[in-house]
This record gives sequence, structure tokens and C-alpha cells, in this order.
Amino acid sequence: MPFVAATRSLGRAGLFSLSVLRASKPTADFFAELLREIYKIGARSLPIIAVGGAFVGLSVTLLGYRALETYGASNQISALVGLGLYRELAPVLTALLFVGRAGSSIAAELGLMRATDQITALGLMAIDPVAKAVAPRFWAAVVCVPLLTAFFCSLGISASYFEAVHVIGIDAGTFWQVLRDAVDYRHDFVVAFQKAAVFGGTASLVACYVGYHAEPTIEGTSVATTRAVVNASLLVLMFNFVLSALLFR
Amino acid sequence: MSPATPPQDIAVRLTDVRLDRGTRTVLSGIDLAVPRGSITAVLGPSGSGKSTLLAALTGELVPAAGTVEVFGQPVPRRQRALLELRKGIGVLLQGNGLLTDLTAAENVALPLRTHTTLPRPVIERLVAMKLHAVGLRTAAELYPRELSGGMARRVALARALALDPPLMVYDEPLTGLDPIASGVIMSLISRLNDSLGLTSIIVTHHVHETLPVADRAIVIANGRIVFSGTPAELEATTDPLVLQFLRGEPDGPIAFDTAERSRETA
Repeated sequence: MPFVAATRSLGRAGLFSLSVLRASKPTADFFAELLREIYKIGARSLPIIAVGGAFVGLSVTLLGYRALETYGASNQISALVGLGLYRELAPVLTALLFVGRAGSSIAAELGLMRATDQITALGLMAIDPVAKAVAPRFWAAVVCVPLLTAFFCSLGISASYFEAVHVIGIDAGTFWQVLRDAVDYRHDFVVAFQKAAVFGGTASLVACYVGYHAEPTIEGTSVATTRAVVNASLLVLMFNFVLSALLFR
Repeated sequence: MSPATPPQDIAVRLTDVRLDRGTRTVLSGIDLAVPRGSITAVLGPSGSGKSTLLAALTGELVPAAGTVEVFGQPVPRRQRALLELRKGIGVLLQGNGLLTDLTAAENVALPLRTHTTLPRPVIERLVAMKLHAVGLRTAAELYPRELSGGMARRVALARALALDPPLMVYDEPLTGLDPIASGVIMSLISRLNDSLGLTSIIVTHHVHETLPVADRAIVIANGRIVFSGTPAELEATTDPLVLQFLRGEPDGPIAFDTAERSRETA
């Protein structure tokens, strides 16, 4: 029965999440793995985040300018870009880019570890595979996605500044002043990072869960990768609505 | 094994064990006692349940019936106790299971770093000794992808020996190896067993390579143990079931491709 299967799967995912938290012990090995994962899934994601952030900034500026110009309010463009990026676009799009770039790689790596007996070998060496292979990836995502979101915002606003000031002709001082007035540090900036941390944790947990439990075959790894991207993307979008409704009142 | 073997001289004992995979019974009525210090070959055709037996020894699979004891202690079901037991069992997996993002030396060092508080120089020295024992000291900085099949198997062997476990279990140690590499691995298994005073269980279907180093052999077929004795007794057996396996005959009492046949007759 699909309902029973879905409930069972949800329960397993919940228990898996608990086991990840339980296995997260601050040992020297853990921090060494964490640093390696931060480099692999964080630093290596910078180029796509930079390109994504810049083009989203450019698009929102162009779109906003055309709409605001109708009302003679085109100098408010930085407010629109700033609020749009911090509140919605940056956390969500960063998380979605992260899912595509790093989530798929996490699922594929764990799936291959399963297929090539690496996870079995860890268990047989009395080493908790969740502590060794999953927990560092989870925490690396929780740390990296907020930082990548900040990077996304920086690139988005820089690109917006370039287009608004140098192409459209809005005054540079007005651009920055309107942005400062509109974006609140605590309610927009901090909340964006909190959302990003939740999205990072969710995306990596989904990727780790499906990769770790992948069927130990090449096909199983492929299925896990697809499932990680689809499920994590949908969850990010759903959680974004819930968090926006709760945090931005 | 002689019936007079004292219990303290038994490394592994299985008593009336039944092993299921899902709803299917793979092995049943398994009684086995492996004496300390011996090399026991667990032989049988592919799909006969040899790896399932190994999974029961390491606690990966809980028996549906019967008991499995390692050094006189029942294999525990609680995760923490199970991990403790596994520190005393070295397992060489068929697929090696080497972590691909670690070098050979880092792979061998992994159990030592995790389970001991030895300082780094001591661990490095131990790793060098283990790699030297399998003839791979110069391959310490190579990654698994840079190793040949035989070298990777030897690195995995060095890693399995890292904590000096009293019991070694080898799952199909010769699969995918050429005759020379197979000879090297079997010679290593025999030499290490003697020099380190280990107890070894070799799960394999490579009869002719394994029997020369084994002290005892058991044959599994049709979901049960069909032979238990010395290699000499195995070679002298007249049991048609065992003979079919030893001679590699497609027709006989051991069903070949049973799934295919049952599908055809369905």
C-alpha cells in the first residue's frame, strides 16, 4: 500500500536523521573530514553560485526596473532586488544549485561506497559508517549553504548595481541608500542565513539518505542520484514556503 | 574436528543455525566448530549461502534459529557490543572495500586511528609493518585506483590485520585474480595464520587453490553442510553431491540455475 510504504519511508528517514545527529562527535577525524567536505561541496560550488547570483541579480533588476518605471519609482530598484534576494531568491536558488551540484554528488558518492563494499567494510571494521561517511557531509552542507547564500547575494547585488547604475543610469548613492533602508539586518539578512542552513541540512540529509540506502549496483546509484535531486529540490521549495510564512510577518 | 576438542579451543561455533534472507531460508541445520589456530575452507557453488554464513559470523545477519558463538561468546545483537566484537574479527571482503579517497597507508591506518590512542609516529610504523607483511611497503602512498587487483586485495588484507585480530574471515579472496596473484594471496593467508597464530575461515569456491593451505574443509550445497572433514577426506569422498561440485559437473544432485528452471516449468 503506497500510504504504508510512504509512512515507513518517512519513519526510516527520521531515524536516519537521528542517527546522523547521534554520530556527530567532535573528534579530530570528524573535523578533518568536515574540512575536506567543505572544500569539496562548498568551495567547488562557488563558480556556479557566482554565475547564478550574477544573472539572477541582472534579471531581477531588469524586470523590476520595467515594472517600477511605470509608477515613476525606478530608483527603488535596489529595495526590490535586496528584499527579493535576501528573503526568497538567494536562499532558495542557492539551495537548488547546491542540490544539483553537491547533493547529486553526495548521493552518487555514498551510492558508490555502498556498491563497492566501502560502507560494509567500515561496519566490519567496527567503524560507524554514518559517523565516517554521512555526518561530515551533513554538517558541511549546513555550514556551506548559508555562506554560499551570502556569496550569491553579493554577486546578485553587485550585478544589479552594475546594471542599475551603469546601464540604466540610477544614481549610485540612491541605489545603496535605498538598499540600506529597505533591508533589515536582523529580519532579512539573518533570516536568510537561517533559511539557508535549514535548506542545506535538508538537502544533504535527503542526498545522504538516498545515497546511503541505494541498491548496491550502478543502476541503484543512478536512481539514488536522480531521487536525491528531485526530492531535495521539492523539499527545499516546500520548506521555503513554510519558513517564509513563519519568519516574515 | 575431534569431538574431544575442549570448548576453549574452539574459535567459532555454530549450533543448529538457520539463516533466512527475507522469507527465503538460505541455510538450515548448520552445525560447525572451527578450532583455534586452524584454517577452515568453506566451499560451495555460487549462491549456496557461503557469504550468508559469513554475514552470520560477523553479526550482519541475525540467525532465524540457533546460536553463533565467537571465542565462546554469542554474537551480540546490540550495536555497541557488536562493534566491540568486530574489533576482534578481520574481514577481507570480496570487493576489498578500500576507501577510494584514502591512500593504501591511510586505509590501513584507519582502524588504528579510530580504535586506538596510539601516537601518529607509532601508527605510521605499524602501517609500514602491515604493508611490509603483505609485500606492499612501496605502495603506501598509492590510491586504490592506482593498484592492480592483487595489490588492492593485499592492501585490504593489511587493513584487516591492522588491529591484530585473532580471527580472520576471507570472503572469496581469489575472485578476479590471476593465478600468480592467487598463489601470492593463498601463501600470505597461510603464512600469516601460522606466524601470527590466527584462526582463519576462507569462504570460497576456488577448491584447488584453497585446499592445499586448509586444515579443514566444509562444503555447503542445497542449503546445508554436505561435507565436513580434512582436505584429504574431501578428495577421497565418494558422495555424488560433493563430487559434482569438485569436478564441476553441470548435471547432478546440486541444482544448477534453479531460478531459471523453476521459471521455465512455471
